Amino acid sequence: MSFAPGDTVRVSGRRHEGHHRTPAYLKGQTGTVERVHERFLDPETRAYGGDGTPARRLYLVAFELDELWPTYDGGADDRLLVDVFEHWLEEAR
Amino acid sequence: MSHEHHDHDPITTSGEPPAAARTRALEELLVEKGVVTRDELRRRIDWLVSRTPADGARIVARAWVDDAFRQRLLCDAREAALEIGVDPGPSPVVVALENTKNVHHVVVCTLCSCYPKALLGPPPDWYKSLPYRSRAVSDPRGVLREFGLTLHEGTEVRVVDSTADMRYLVVPRRPDGTDSLGEEELASLVTRDSMIGVAEALAP
Repeated sequence: MSFAPGDTVRVSGRRHEGHHRTPAYLKGQTGTVERVHERFLDPETRAYGGDGTPARRLYLVAFELDELWPTYDGGADDRLLVDVFEHWLEEAR
Repeated sequence: MSHEHHDHDPITTSGEPPAAARTRALEELLVEKGVVTRDELRRRIDWLVSRTPADGARIVARAWVDDAFRQRLLCDAREAALEIGVDPGPSPVVVALENTKNVHHVVVCTLCSCYPKALLGPPPDWYKSLPYRSRAVSDPRGVLREFGLTLHEGTEVRVVDSTADMRYLVVPRRPDGTDSLGEEELASLVTRDSMIGVAEALAP
């Protein structure tokens, strides 16, 4: 599944044994696609001697900080931007 | 249990920290297996420690004085760096994020210590520390205050967690009262911390 800027996406909450680049604090969280980056070799297989193919699309995803952290007391528009690989993103409404 | 019959050398590192011992062991293996040569390792380390924030500062100063360059920088920072003779390093993509009166970017890597080393040199120790990495994403304004930077409530904070292949360079705001300064003088106001986003550029 591919996404476009402005799409609402959810970070998969699945567990993953081994190396991956999806921070635990984002799993299950909903955000908005901010930028579509290019494809990069998959770190999940490269970490174990694999060649990293197929390359995975990377997205810059924005999360509202006051949605991420219920006690957040900074600005209402404060956001977190994180690079997340496509296979960790799900369509959300 | 007897300690008298050792048929191998005891595994001691005579005070070497575990991380250093692990690194050394990995290095030995990689060389032994022919993945890298010692000369390649040496050259890579030599390159890494030769990088300084001066390269990033040159890029920022050029963006302050040349609006067309600034636009190109925000589109493709790697190309922009090459354009003025700065080596953007092996990272495939460098993204420049511009701080303005209304938006303030600050960069962190919660998973490890991803950092635009080619443009800023090796990262400071605090950038790699657990407190910075965990708190920058949960309490960025508090962290910035501890660095001496209190942001206006109306300023939108954008924390960038650099988790993958992208490298992020913050373009700080040009300080007031710098209209008469040349590019080189401007570059001297651009600090490492201002390009991570934990500080503003220096006042002239």
